Amino acid sequence: MSKIQNEITGKAYVLGDNIDTDQIIPAEYLTFNPAIPEEYKQFGKYALSSVPPAQSGLPKGNIPFHTDDEFVSPYTFIIAGKNFGCGSSREHAPVALDAAGIKVVIAEFYARIFFRNAVNGGYLVPFECTDRLCDKVCTGDELKLDVPNCKLHNLTTKETYPLNPLGEIAPILNAGGIFSYAKQVGMLKS
Amino acid sequence: MPAMTLTEKILAKHAKSNFVEPGQNIWIDIDILMTHDVCGPGTIGVFKKHFGKAAKVWDPKKIVIIPDHYIFTADKMANRNIDVLREFSKEQNLPYYYDVGTEKYKGVCHIALPEEGHTRPGEVLLGTDSHTCTAGAFGEFATGIGNTDAGFVMGTGSLWLKVPPTMRFVFEGTLPPYLMAKDLILAVIGDIGCDGATYRAMEFDGAGVFALNMEERMTLCNMVIEAGGKNGVIAPDKVTLDFIDSKNKHKVPYTPVYTDPGAKFIYEKVYDISKMQPVVAKPHSPDNKAFVSEVKGAKLDRAYIGSCTGGKMTDFRAAAKIMHGHSVKIDTFVVPATTEVAKGLKSEKMHGKTLEQIFLDAGAKMGDASCAACLGGPSDTFGRLNQAIRCISTTNRNFPGRMGHKEAEVFLASPLTVAASAITGMITDPREYLA
Ligand code: SF4
Repeated sequence: MSKIQNEITGKAYVLGDNIDTDQIIPAEYLTFNPAIPEEYKQFGKYALSSVPPAQSGLPKGNIPFHTDDEFVSPYTFIIAGKNFGCGSSREHAPVALDAAGIKVVIAEFYARIFFRNAVNGGYLVPFECTDRLCDKVCTGDELKLDVPNCKLHNLTTKETYPLNPLGEIAPILNAGGIFSYAKQVGMLKS
Repeated sequence: MPAMTLTEKILAKHAKSNFVEPGQNIWIDIDILMTHDVCGPGTIGVFKKHFGKAAKVWDPKKIVIIPDHYIFTADKMANRNIDVLREFSKEQNLPYYYDVGTEKYKGVCHIALPEEGHTRPGEVLLGTDSHTCTAGAFGEFATGIGNTDAGFVMGTGSLWLKVPPTMRFVFEGTLPPYLMAKDLILAVIGDIGCDGATYRAMEFDGAGVFALNMEERMTLCNMVIEAGGKNGVIAPDKVTLDFIDSKNKHKVPYTPVYTDPGAKFIYEKVYDISKMQPVVAKPHSPDNKAFVSEVKGAKLDRAYIGSCTGGKMTDFRAAAKIMHGHSVKIDTFVVPATTEVAKGLKSEKMHGKTLEQIFLDAGAKMGDASCAACLGGPSDTFGRLNQAIRCISTTNRNFPGRMGHKEAEVFLASPLTVAASAITGMITDPREYLA
């Protein structure tokens, strides 16, 4: 649970629309308990393992998120289309992306429960893009995110894209999740 | 005071406020928190981490723990997770823990909740499962949350929530005998898309809805999440109240809540259900709608009848009506949602045979009450799609990998359509088997 940094840099991994939680972390791995640190790491290993190969690592596809025995991927950003994280309520989904080293997801919009889990658990920062970035960014592009100004710089193509402000979730993300936030606003005793 | 929808009124009451409006962030009191074997251990971990090892839950009577997902498996981790639930329930003296291997074991949580009297009109029910929205059928606000939120609720009995705007779906007319609630909700999801209700409430209204029994109403609300909905809701009527009063063994008082005249809906659509047709959702999304007439004849490898969506008595009565006197042509798996449904299959008769006997005589395989292959699960799970085969199923999701193999294809359909298709081995219109 880290507070948001002002600047985040790293490589992009690009996916399409309606990436659901079964694709992010298949049900057969839900027997690991995310509350146990050793098992938390395991989710990184199986993150995105049910995305069909042709849709993995766009625009070309067939780019694995990581090799089978790696726990952490070489990517920092997920760039995706519409309705990212739809499907089940499993918090194992943002956990899996966090465990795999993803710090930021940038999608057109999110399914509600995934979004809440990402923010309240403080696992990653879910930004919304105004352009369809999954058609503009390629897997492997080097990105630099300017958090205070809501701008994404593509260092590979030299393009800059505007992002929607984080709005009401910013204080929760800045606090590091719902527990610290609830303490700040006096809903929970420190 | 401005008019409010049913959902807004329940949320206002639980925020101890006279009025709330869509978009507002509020803190609300929770009536029931439900968790299961997949998300329970993580929730308990969050609770202990933030409230301390010796912490007590906010109210033991308001926490319901129902193991249901990975039950009949040799998987060590899955069984370890049940041990975590068992120990926690003992440590916290939780009266409503439905333990595996005991008389109390139930099966699928969303069906077990009403059977055991944990659903009531006007209440707020949160559960660590996206299909918690099923309970909206009882006129309450019910939605799915993650482990962190659930851990927070466990310690405090409250949570922040954003008030959703309400979409209204009015079903007019009489439901023809070849259609079920499953056809209606698949049609709605196909029309609005799997993100069509994101951050919104879906209220079902109209004579067609109030003519449905509770189980069919649950099927409608169960799948609102497949359109991205936050909650689904149906105003309580006599059918609801009779059901609730017959199950309310804990004698908890409740107050039904209704949408005010003149309340604002962000979207409204009227369906004449007497003119609708059987539908399926094609692979790989619940909104990939097609009429059965458009895909009939497509070859199948397997049929599956079960889950919180399609594993209730009403679903099995429908399937038995079609399967009676026929044999299945493809592997057909029948999984009752709960142990109570399993008992019903052994006792309820049609044409002089129990429903279970009708399925067995038709050549179907019967499983034990649980989620089973609805969400894939460990590789030894009953009915799991371990190869890239094509299945027609009464469940609620057909995303890649949902029922096991990531290249398997799943068609979602009503129990009537699935039963007719099991007999022929290809997608079949149930009208062909309904005299
Ligand atoms: S039956 Fe399927 S959808 Fe229902 S709770 Fe179980 S896994 Fe989820």
